[in-house]
Amino acid sequence: MIWVAWRMLTGDTAKYLGAVFGVAFGVLLITQQASVFVGIISRTANPLSDVREASIWVCDEYLQNADEIEPMSDNAVYRVRGVEGIEWAVRLYKGMARARKPNGLFRQVILLGIDDQSLVGAPRKILMGDLASLRRPSAVFIDKSGYESLWPGEPLTIGREIEMNDRRAVIVGICETSAPFQSFPVIIACYSQATGFVARERNQLSFVVGAPVPGVSPAEACRRITAQTGLMAMTYREFVWLTIKYYMENTGIPVNFGITIVLGFVVGTAIAGQTFYLFTLENLRHFGALKAMGVNNRRITGMVLLQSLVIGLIGYSLGIGMAVAFFEGTKQSLPQLRGINIPWQIAVGSGLVMIVIMSLTSLLSLRKVLTLEPAVVFRG
Amino acid sequence: MVLATVSEPSAKEEVPAVAGVACHGLVKDFGSGENRLRALHGIDIDVRCGEMTLLVGPSGCGKTTLISIIAGLLTPTAGSVTLFGTPQSALRGDRLVDFRAQNVGFVFQQYNLLPSLSAVENVSIPLLVVGWRRPAALQRAAAVLREVGLGERLHSSPTKLSGGQQQRVAIARALVHEPRLLVCDEPTAALDAQSGQTVMGLLKQVAVKSDRTVIVVTHDSRVFQFGDRVLEMADGRIVQDSVTPRGSQELVRSENSAS
Repeated sequence: MIWVAWRMLTGDTAKYLGAVFGVAFGVLLITQQASVFVGIISRTANPLSDVREASIWVCDEYLQNADEIEPMSDNAVYRVRGVEGIEWAVRLYKGMARARKPNGLFRQVILLGIDDQSLVGAPRKILMGDLASLRRPSAVFIDKSGYESLWPGEPLTIGREIEMNDRRAVIVGICETSAPFQSFPVIIACYSQATGFVARERNQLSFVVGAPVPGVSPAEACRRITAQTGLMAMTYREFVWLTIKYYMENTGIPVNFGITIVLGFVVGTAIAGQTFYLFTLENLRHFGALKAMGVNNRRITGMVLLQSLVIGLIGYSLGIGMAVAFFEGTKQSLPQLRGINIPWQIAVGSGLVMIVIMSLTSLLSLRKVLTLEPAVVFRG
Repeated sequence: MVLATVSEPSAKEEVPAVAGVACHGLVKDFGSGENRLRALHGIDIDVRCGEMTLLVGPSGCGKTTLISIIAGLLTPTAGSVTLFGTPQSALRGDRLVDFRAQNVGFVFQQYNLLPSLSAVENVSIPLLVVGWRRPAALQRAAAVLREVGLGERLHSSPTKLSGGQQQRVAIARALVHEPRLLVCDEPTAALDAQSGQTVMGLLKQVAVKSDRTVIVVTHDSRVFQFGDRVLEMADGRIVQDSVTPRGSQELVRSENSAS
């Protein structure tokens, strides 16, 4: 009877495709929105999250997120280095600046200042230029996306000049960075130069980043730093989540995306559920005839579940495929979605949601079929 | 024309070789309390094997309820039904369903063919239900379709067949597993006069066998000639039980052979 169930399902191509695409669009909606949400919320710690070599992050004790920074005194780096169990610690600057092109056009940029000697925090993927040239006077790297926003449609070239805080900066390299939350260009310079590109403040040190000696865990090293210096010290993971949590708790992003995801679930359930339920209803007479002919409820249940499983599986695969195609297709044309992809947890989550949707739908349909009196087939 | 002998992979449930269908004191109520509606008022009938019994009467007189109970699709409020010596009340749940799958064939007014299956696939369903393998079931179904004159339309979709052809497919489906009881609900209602005659002639030809009981519900007085016996119902009761000329000849012949 599995074969009969399969043929009943696929026999009417329009209804079959309607049910499959109902599920597929539900999955697409949920997966796409959830992925965009996760992608955007995980950007909040960018581009600092690219500094992966640092397992310890030290900052002002009242820091709430990576965008609102209270600078520390430059000697904080020495205090951290003085803590037992710290292998190395270096300075890291993060701030905002205005980059002006020779023609007067300007853009707000995210400015990162990395340690002059070690270059800890340097970009990992350099598209053009040489990292060592960053140590040259006025030298900066710019991220590819930022370059394209400053010089749209123009080929990538090093040697271009910009001005920040009335100081000349020369682009000596172009790199890839993780897409920042605000879609500003990212400029990377050595710490000593970066602090010169912004208005002078008494304190300018944003972070001290470092790593513990082998045998001391980052968490233990952080505990020691806080105890000894009074500064806030976090592991890399804690630092990234601090910012994510801040944005989750203090902005409308989770609520707005949450609503869209819930709507996706509701719409997905409605489309898939209703289509499949109607499909079952339209076949009720046939199920009645099968029951009259001696197909028992166990077999009928198997038939409905098989139909639901087939629709769910094909619809889910199509939906995930469409979501992947969406992100792949917009990778080049929509830089705003740069770096957003489908985490496996969301793919699994949408699958589970689809199982819930199809289970609910099957139960609803089964209730109708199992309580159906086979004598209904005698009613003209 | 006689249908080929079926060689089934799964043995049929043993049914004692006694005459057809016996109903005694059948009562069926729908609803409860003040809304209770009595559809059958103590029906007593015996339907013999080897004859075609027509159940006639106006709409709402209880014909469909009666055949639904006889076929085991509805449970009577009171009374008993015995099919080929087996009291229906002794069969419950899956046993009743299995009994029905093996011993009852249905021909519906609206054919109820699955539109997504071909004619031969539709006919093979009752065999699949009783455990036949698909290739054997399709082979057997094709043979029965040839018997009903549809050898050229084995792989046609029901939607591509005329009403008369669809009903012939439905008859083939009802007979493919050699049931002992064939229940036909208004088999000619959706057909024109000529197709109706053809279908009834076919039923008479291929369905009526010495070990099979055939009950046909019909409004169509033009097909009364095909019946061996006519039971007329009104208001949930049998009001007339007449043996048609064809039926009386059969009766005389069977009584002669018995003596």
